[in-house]
Amino acid sequence: MDRKNLFFKEHFFRGLITVCGGFVIVLTLAIGGFLLYKGVGTFTVYGHSPLEFFFSSDWAPVDSTAGGGQVGAAIYIFGSIVTCALGLAIAAPFSFAAAIFMTEIAPKLGTKILQPTVELFVGIPSVVYGWVGMTVLVPAIRDLFNLTHGYSVLAAGIVLAVMIFPTITTVTADALRSVPKDYRKAAYGLGATRWQVTYQVVLPAAKTGILTGIVLGLARAFGEALAVAMVIGKTRAFPKNILSPTNNLTASIASDMGGAMEGGEYNMALWTMALLLFLISLGFIFAIHYISARSEKKELASRKGSESKKAMSASKEEKVGNVEKKVIASSQKS
Amino acid sequence: MNITKRAKIVDKVMTGIFYVIAGFFLLLLIAFAAYVIGNGFKDFTPKLLSFSKDGIGNQLFNTIYLVVLALLISVPLGIATGVYMAEYAKKGRFTKFLRICIETLSSLPSIVVGLFGYLMFIVLVGARWNLMSGALAVSILNLPLIATTTEDALRSLPKGYRQGSFGMGATHWQTICKVLLPACLPRIMTGIILAAGRVFGEAAALLYTAGMSTDINWSRTWHITSPVSALNPFRPGETLALHIWASRTEAIEANAEQIANFSAAVLLLLVFAFSIGARLLSRKVEKNMTGK
Amino acid sequence: MRKLKRLMAMCLVGIMAFSFVGCSSNGTTGVSGFITGSGSSALLPLAKDAAEKFKETNPDVSVTLNAGGSGTGLKQVADGSVDIGNSDVPAEDKLEEKYYSQLVAHKVCTATIATVVNPELAKEVNGLTKQQLIDIFTGKIKNWKEVGGPDLEILLIARPQTSGTRAVFREYALDGNEEMSGAALETDDSGTLLQTVADNKGAIGYVALPYIVHNNKVSALAIDGVEPTLENTYNGSYPVWGYEYMYTKGEPKGVIKAYLDYIVSDEYGVRIEEQGYGVTAKMTVER
Repeated sequence: MDRKNLFFKEHFFRGLITVCGGFVIVLTLAIGGFLLYKGVGTFTVYGHSPLEFFFSSDWAPVDSTAGGGQVGAAIYIFGSIVTCALGLAIAAPFSFAAAIFMTEIAPKLGTKILQPTVELFVGIPSVVYGWVGMTVLVPAIRDLFNLTHGYSVLAAGIVLAVMIFPTITTVTADALRSVPKDYRKAAYGLGATRWQVTYQVVLPAAKTGILTGIVLGLARAFGEALAVAMVIGKTRAFPKNILSPTNNLTASIASDMGGAMEGGEYNMALWTMALLLFLISLGFIFAIHYISARSEKKELASRKGSESKKAMSASKEEKVGNVEKKVIASSQKS
Repeated sequence: MNITKRAKIVDKVMTGIFYVIAGFFLLLLIAFAAYVIGNGFKDFTPKLLSFSKDGIGNQLFNTIYLVVLALLISVPLGIATGVYMAEYAKKGRFTKFLRICIETLSSLPSIVVGLFGYLMFIVLVGARWNLMSGALAVSILNLPLIATTTEDALRSLPKGYRQGSFGMGATHWQTICKVLLPACLPRIMTGIILAAGRVFGEAAALLYTAGMSTDINWSRTWHITSPVSALNPFRPGETLALHIWASRTEAIEANAEQIANFSAAVLLLLVFAFSIGARLLSRKVEKNMTGK
Repeated sequence: MRKLKRLMAMCLVGIMAFSFVGCSSNGTTGVSGFITGSGSSALLPLAKDAAEKFKETNPDVSVTLNAGGSGTGLKQVADGSVDIGNSDVPAEDKLEEKYYSQLVAHKVCTATIATVVNPELAKEVNGLTKQQLIDIFTGKIKNWKEVGGPDLEILLIARPQTSGTRAVFREYALDGNEEMSGAALETDDSGTLLQTVADNKGAIGYVALPYIVHNNKVSALAIDGVEPTLENTYNGSYPVWGYEYMYTKGEPKGVIKAYLDYIVSDEYGVRIEEQGYGVTAKMTVER
């Protein structure tokens, strides 16, 4: 009797847990499916061409089911790209420098003080960045460049840079640490200076990890909504230079979705933007997999012949697990 | 000047540059935190903590309540998914796909999750904005984190745990819930605390699910079905992070800016407390592990 | 593990028991229920204030209100996600027929819309003619020196298409001319707008009067020499005002009806003017 109960339990819970695992898949598919269903409406229901959505800057969707407006989202797409690129351009060099400092130059100081501080800052809510950006950075930019107002691509770029700096730094530092000690020892043995070792041996060896960090940072920047919305100025025009305001995908979704009639053209166009964001984030994941798969191939190729195919597939499985861990470890903090 | 000499000079210069950059960033981060906190508490009056429209008491409560609700949903599900990945999953397409799904979930922009939540939990259900929908939306963001922490924790346990338990005739399920999970509880807890820290700061996912205003009557707390009861999960509930956003957009109260500054400071302190808590916990665990 | 389970079970039982007690001892006065509203940022302060007073006698009512713009309010009340949609314009102007035909309008008050600038600038420019205003908002005048002010670029703060305030301002201040968009900052958040005007000397925008009654960080401009005040609105000399509507889907019932009744009651009427809104009955001109 008792034994029977045990077996029942065993199977019951095994089933239950498997269902939970299955649920995650269902959930992901549901989100993707919903976005797809809503997002393609612009093209199927209202008959706009994807070319118009991506490359036209005439944004005047009609807020009703009648349709007939324009859905050119080029300004928003460009705004997203340009702010993220700027954010990355500002953050990346500093992140690399901080990571190198933590791992190569002053590991003790790095792990004791800098790393914990940086990690602490990964968790800061983005609205706080946005709020400080709006109350401090925006007026500062205005006064510095003598502008009428400080809402600008530059402000958005700086806010994003501060936001993604900790992400890129921690991932890069992990990558640098995982470079085998032998590499460094061998290089020092040849009489190289520390900078030579870092620049010519460690950095190239950690390339994959660094690239992953960059992609993760970019993914976070692309998905950020409110912090950017607070400082970008929400002007529907292509930015003339980095000091002029513009708009981006996430900010316009956040501010306009509430007022767009369900099922109307405006609403559909916003869903298409959301779908685009979803696809971009999927793209980033595949990019990371591609990067790590490529580097692994190289690695395997260099270890001539002796490895059987089986070993290759086994290490691949492991690698997938590693990539996943990295992706999640960095995104949890966003 | 020969090559070695030049290399040495370059090395020194670069080392200097790195020190400067690292110091600069440390300063910047500290200055940022100090500014936010200092600015928030600058004109502190007890009124700011009050449970009225001039204070953030209600928002603070909503934030904590939302965290609890979100954890009630995402922790069981996340742990179960983690257990599945670590214990039951066979290597194959399904598992691989599950992994990709978890990754996708974890990298979703939170505004997209918010829209999905709006559609699923508000429009389709025909509900008004409520805390429960907010908690569900945030759970989607949390789930992958808790699942992977659990999986990692289970995988990193020494083989002896399993062998010992199986050797004594325990079933797989018994082993999992009597031996393995208790053994990695501290590590899972760390993950949960980190997840909670994320809920604190989440705003975009709550914009169209939990609503941007709140109305609590504290004398009605225990009338849980009352629309103004603090504990009613089906009432609209604005969190601290959203409050900052709302005071930018609405700003009716005369001290809106001050409230937003104070909210930012409190939020920052909460997040710091949680991540430092998680760090201390994991350090303690490490000590215990190595001590054994 | 088991301890945890037991604890959770106890908590659940506890909560249920409490809620049960709550239901059975529900001996309070007044009505009970949810009221959610969104829409016009011009009407929001009044709706919030009224809610607070209303709750003094009806403690079991939850009122949550947000801005978002008249278009947002009308859309959300039409699709049922809020109970009350606040708007500066009649629903007929915004919605398709199949939506507005379900809505019931409640005219609650009038709102005067004031043009606001930075106080620094107001020292040098204390009024504009209507033509100057039109030229500024259509982008013909780009610098304050053209209207007798300092040599300073004008920073125009526009409102989006969904805004009701914009519709009123266009019709009565700009004589139907569309304001320029694309080169202007665009926001329908009166809070953001005020902040931007307070921060930037060259900025100009417009908000409903209640937003500036208690705000000294911005200054209101006279149009053709007429200050935007309640008296000037009542006697018809200041033209930029509109009726404020609260819309419900179908005839209001229960708690929502009680709330709307309260707003138009004489008891609450005195507070309407205190906040800077106009009482409809006092208007000497009609629209």
